[in-house]
Amino acid sequence: MTEAIVVETHPLDRIMRSDRMPHIFCPGCGIGIAMRCYGQAILESGIPQDRHVVVSGIGCTGRVAGYVHLDSYHTTHGRAIPFATGIKLANPDLMVTVFSGDGDLAAIGGNHLIHAARRNIDLKVICVNNFNYGMTGGQCGPTTPTGARATTSPYGNPEQPFNLPYLLAASGANYVSRWTTLHVRQIKDEILKIFAKPGFCFIEVLSSCPVGFGKSNHIPDGLEEMRLYRERSVLARDIPLDRLNIDLREDKPIYVGNFVNRDIPAYAPPQLAGSAEA
Amino acid sequence: MSGREVLTGRHFMNGDDACAEGAIAAGCRFFGGYPITPSTEVAERFSRRMPEIGGVYMQMEDELGSIAAVLGASAAGARAMTATSGPGLSLMMENLGLGVMLELPCVIIDIQRGSPSTGLPTMAGQSDLMQARWGSHGDYAIVAYAPSSPQEIFDLTIHAFNVADRYRVPVLILSDEVIGHMVERVVIPESQAIPRWERKRPPYPPEHYGQEGFKAFEPDASDLVPPIAHAGDGYRVHFTGLTHDPRGYPDMSAETHHELVTRLMEKIRRNAEDLILLETEYLDDADVVVISFGCTARSARRAVRDARAEGIRAGLLRLISIWPFPEQRIRDLAHEVKTFVVAEMNLGQIRLEVERCVGHPVRGVHHAGGAMIHPEPILEALRASAAQTAGRQK
Amino acid sequence: MYHEIRLSGFGGQGIGLAGYLLGKALSLYENLEAVMTQAYGPEARGGASSANVVVSENPIDYPFVQHPDILVAMSQEAYTKFRPLAGPEALVLTDADLVTPFDDDLVQAIPATRLAEGLGRRIVANVIMLGFFTQATGVVSREAMEKALTDTLRPKLVPLNLKAFATGYAYQPDIASAP
Repeated sequence: MTEAIVVETHPLDRIMRSDRMPHIFCPGCGIGIAMRCYGQAILESGIPQDRHVVVSGIGCTGRVAGYVHLDSYHTTHGRAIPFATGIKLANPDLMVTVFSGDGDLAAIGGNHLIHAARRNIDLKVICVNNFNYGMTGGQCGPTTPTGARATTSPYGNPEQPFNLPYLLAASGANYVSRWTTLHVRQIKDEILKIFAKPGFCFIEVLSSCPVGFGKSNHIPDGLEEMRLYRERSVLARDIPLDRLNIDLREDKPIYVGNFVNRDIPAYAPPQLAGSAEA
Repeated sequence: MSGREVLTGRHFMNGDDACAEGAIAAGCRFFGGYPITPSTEVAERFSRRMPEIGGVYMQMEDELGSIAAVLGASAAGARAMTATSGPGLSLMMENLGLGVMLELPCVIIDIQRGSPSTGLPTMAGQSDLMQARWGSHGDYAIVAYAPSSPQEIFDLTIHAFNVADRYRVPVLILSDEVIGHMVERVVIPESQAIPRWERKRPPYPPEHYGQEGFKAFEPDASDLVPPIAHAGDGYRVHFTGLTHDPRGYPDMSAETHHELVTRLMEKIRRNAEDLILLETEYLDDADVVVISFGCTARSARRAVRDARAEGIRAGLLRLISIWPFPEQRIRDLAHEVKTFVVAEMNLGQIRLEVERCVGHPVRGVHHAGGAMIHPEPILEALRASAAQTAGRQK
Repeated sequence: MYHEIRLSGFGGQGIGLAGYLLGKALSLYENLEAVMTQAYGPEARGGASSANVVVSENPIDYPFVQHPDILVAMSQEAYTKFRPLAGPEALVLTDADLVTPFDDDLVQAIPATRLAEGLGRRIVANVIMLGFFTQATGVVSREAMEKALTDTLRPKLVPLNLKAFATGYAYQPDIASAP
């Protein structure tokens, strides 16, 4: 029998709320990997920890806000971005990250997502996309591939999913990337990069959800999805944004990489010369 | 200071503008909103004024986002507000509940119009009262005020920020199109004369709380209000709309839930005497008392004076605060006066509350909205009530 | 003292501003209570527009004008629409060139728009009418109105408007009488 390895400390102790462990994520889930990348990036960011703020909505990924040892706000379904907008504009010194899932950000919060990108609000958005509503048991959502099975698409999803990088690029975001939970170094590096980049920055992190999505779509465990990421991830070079659709079930490339990197000035509320703060 | 924060002096100003000026005078530095008739002038005023004083005017994509941004700004320490009307208030119900649960101070002014649905966008209503009180899901308590003049919108907006901060609760100003759009004299005092109640902050610096951390939702026993730590203060707080323990951490237990929700209700109920604002006229010897609020209270006052001139012993109880409802005051009054008349621009929302307090039906003067109730039907009701009570005495 | 005053005309004549200036003068620079109301929304755009002022020595409860005892009409449509709502004894002021009164109606008329054109700016017809109103009604003092103009308008517009006000104030009308 294998012996459990017990450690006294962990490099991320300072970042995680260890008093809240164990977390709720299922075996094989990728959210913890994304969270760890975020934590590592905070450690390496050079920005004091007390200036980092995280805001999330509802869903499995939304629970991340409860596990990181920062000023953290677990808000209502879909409203993480406008809540974070209020924080950022009230105190521009804070580094405000929105950490939430695809359903929260792109379905119920979709309108806020595109408008925050259009305004180029100085928010860092990490969107864990696991192609379904995982917390509630695997319903289809705005990123569920066409034909994929979910508890509310028992005959296969009849809709076409969002291609999030394409959506965000069209909406006006300054920075748009996609990686998978296999790409831990890239995710961390990209998070570090967007901490330093003004404006609306969006990183999509494809993640396994064996219990919600995988079980009905022939990817029954997390490791298998990782293998799939390894085999099919292709660094996108000169791929038109409208070709970045994902279908995990088919033998098609999963395009990853950075797709948008522009320097439109971040939103700044108008101020008249001579005003109190000017 | 740019000297433009408090426009000290006498102004001829509508209620919507007076709201924005009251807010700015109170130190509001974040407005997040979505323009909607008849509250649009509030947003317009903020959009002009905020850049003058270092504040933020943020026009959001909808009212769901507006209230969320206001709560976020409040969490970061700003005095923040939004302005809306019925359809927008409906959308804000979601995060009104979040504001209650996270105990984030904020102010929402609702310039009520004829409702339900799109209703009468440009015409007055007073029918969002129950929505303000019960519209978000679950048991909760908020505070709401109903001004009767532009001057009172100015004064109550300042007061609303103070109450919101002291009790960590969303405060609504349930105004109406008549008061929002009518132009009257508004006197803005010197900035030193603007009352300011500060938020209760953590008594010690973050280090003091050690490994365990600051308990962001542990209330003081005296007022049931926990001190608030803002984003960036260093306390590393966790705020969640889930049921949470004193540390702020999710706690999915029936006991914690009951304790939390009870406290959120009790914090308002226990402090009700400090929150309730009433104006009375001729109550000392009144046989029949009109209960009214907002624009309708102006007609009620005229009707009461006209009734007095006719020899009817009429009195006025004007509800400056709507929620918490002045239950005890009305129960006490019911021992002294013979009958009540409730005048309101809806089909009986406050009348039902009054009936609940006094234990029997009372006369109502109601109109579904669109036109301010004239003094005449209220005077008619006073005459009828006086005749009825006189008949009973014979 | 209690008056219900309705200023009316067509959209673009600055009726709302005139009502605001009158209300402000009464409320801030006379020792009186005044409230100004207007119709809002699509119905307020185009067609007959109006601004309403109630003025009293006492606090005003019901703020709306119902039966104006002073009516200013700067367009035929406004006159036709609002004249019947005013009492028969109401004081009626009109733009002489733009309003033909009912046969039996006694009005005081001033060619405000023509006089404004004479000053080079048709836009100040409303302020000319306010000058005429001030002189004809005695409800408000010249000083209060001039202060309202000076305190409300952008500084560079003040001289022209004071001149317009003086023009209206000095105008001696013909009393148009029923034939």
